[in-house]
Amino acid sequence: MPEVPDGNPPNPVPAQAATTPAAAPAAAPKPVPQPWDCELVQQLKNSYGSGIHDAATFAGQNYLVVDRAVCHDVLLYLYQQLGYTSLTDLTAVHYPKDELPFEMVWILFSMAANERVRVKARFADGESAPTVTDRWVGANWMEREVYDMFGIRFTGHPDLRRILMPDEWTGHPLRKDYDPHKQDEVWVRKNLGIESGQ
Amino acid sequence: MSDNRFYDSPIEEVAPGNTFLDSNELVLNMGPQHPSTHGVLRVILKLDGEKVNGIECVIGYLHRGIEKVAEHRTWAQFGPFVDRLDYTAAVSNSLGYCLAVEKLLGVEVPKRAQYLRVILTELCRLASHQVWLGTHVLDIGAVTPLFYAFRDREDILNVFEKYCGARLTTHAFRIGGCRWDAYAGFAEQVLHICDDLGPKIDEYRDLITGNRIWLQRTKNVGVISAEDCIAYGITGPVLRGSGVEWDLRKKQPYSSYEDFDFDIPIGTAGDTFDRYVVRVEEMHQSIRIIRQATEGLMEGPIIAKVPKVIKPPVGEVYVSIEAPKGELGFFLVSNGSAMPYRVRVRPPSFINLQALEKMAKGSLVADVVAIIGTLDIVLGEVDR
Repeated sequence: MPEVPDGNPPNPVPAQAATTPAAAPAAAPKPVPQPWDCELVQQLKNSYGSGIHDAATFAGQNYLVVDRAVCHDVLLYLYQQLGYTSLTDLTAVHYPKDELPFEMVWILFSMAANERVRVKARFADGESAPTVTDRWVGANWMEREVYDMFGIRFTGHPDLRRILMPDEWTGHPLRKDYDPHKQDEVWVRKNLGIESGQ
Repeated sequence: MSDNRFYDSPIEEVAPGNTFLDSNELVLNMGPQHPSTHGVLRVILKLDGEKVNGIECVIGYLHRGIEKVAEHRTWAQFGPFVDRLDYTAAVSNSLGYCLAVEKLLGVEVPKRAQYLRVILTELCRLASHQVWLGTHVLDIGAVTPLFYAFRDREDILNVFEKYCGARLTTHAFRIGGCRWDAYAGFAEQVLHICDDLGPKIDEYRDLITGNRIWLQRTKNVGVISAEDCIAYGITGPVLRGSGVEWDLRKKQPYSSYEDFDFDIPIGTAGDTFDRYVVRVEEMHQSIRIIRQATEGLMEGPIIAKVPKVIKPPVGEVYVSIEAPKGELGFFLVSNGSAMPYRVRVRPPSFINLQALEKMAKGSLVADVVAIIGTLDIVLGEVDR
């Protein structure tokens, strides 16, 4: 049973190359986030000031770290003013050791500019995130999945229920403290008529 | 199951919402065991006679927790698991995952491996579209094309079998390139498929396209506009059927797709018929790509030098490919260890299926089957 990795990637430090064998192809330096500065970031910084914590590029991909208070506004701003009309994906990552353990990630896409941007915001355990179903109907199931897997609730979501796990299941499987072998034993006994799902 | 809650409970508890039923309406439960749902999809239909007044999908019957599994495997060990997402297009899944990890590692894949990947992935697209064509047309009532499509799919699966020993869940690629080189006679066999399959696809078309029953069952059925597609996040042939010229192979080329000459077929009406035309035309385009890649296959290494224990640098990437069903994305988070910190799969089927409600509401109950077929979902990917 391998132990659960619990590092905290948001402020990455380049991994030490000392452990890689000398013959490794890592002649190219390992990628490190670079500050991302362009007109878009300036516009957002002018509008939201300190709400924009960070703007960076990693492996050629741009992302914004924003405050949870302004995340919904930033997403709508990107949609309305900057042409990021598609919501490609929406998900979360759990960092149990952090003060704000849940990181929501929205991946937006502009078809006109052929550009992607990731918007990230941190939330406390038990805190609700704002829904984006008011702008993208397709966010409905994605937010249901995040609720199902992480237990993050979305304020304003029209139909926040579990989607992949059974409705009566207890626990949220993609949290880091949820053991991969864990079962809702009561549910398994009642619905499958066996002692364990294994 | 003896204690099934759907039989034991009063209807108010199992039907969504208290005001679900009008006096003339009835609830029809379709699935999860139903041949036309293409897997374990359960659809609750609210019917007024033949008319569908409401529709709700219940999914999760095939949930295996693949994203959780990923956090307890090494980067390389997770490779075979992605084949179990969209099991009709296992090679595409493998390509998507490998590309994402390579992006994180900053590894450049040798050109020969890129071409091999393109050949196998496009063969896989053909096989996936043949499964779609056969089952979709069968759902609507034409039996013969199923046998034609599966007969011809066999040739492609034979290539996979000879290449890597497996026909369905192939695990064809490895992080950094390919595990196997092309076998002796690979190019001849693939080119033979190219020569052979083009006329056969025309044969499918002759069987189906002009058929009056087919036209009546597909024209103006399941219409979705381009704006709605974008609002739902729909990608792939469904988006192209609504007239949006969007294909990641063209717009954000990966694995040397920029070297090949091919067109993006698009529809206009956004109905079931247009999506059918788009997919059939895509099969012709795939053959074009395969032919160019096979003829241009150069000598060289097939895998980049990758450390035995893969430890990508700390960071996150999102990499997506144009899978047969749409945009298949992998969002990977690495904390620098030998195991992924988080793997998120952006499943095209899951996101496309969400539009079923929009497309099927107000249609006839028989059209629901046509619309599920035209969305081309695979439940392994919807439920993960």
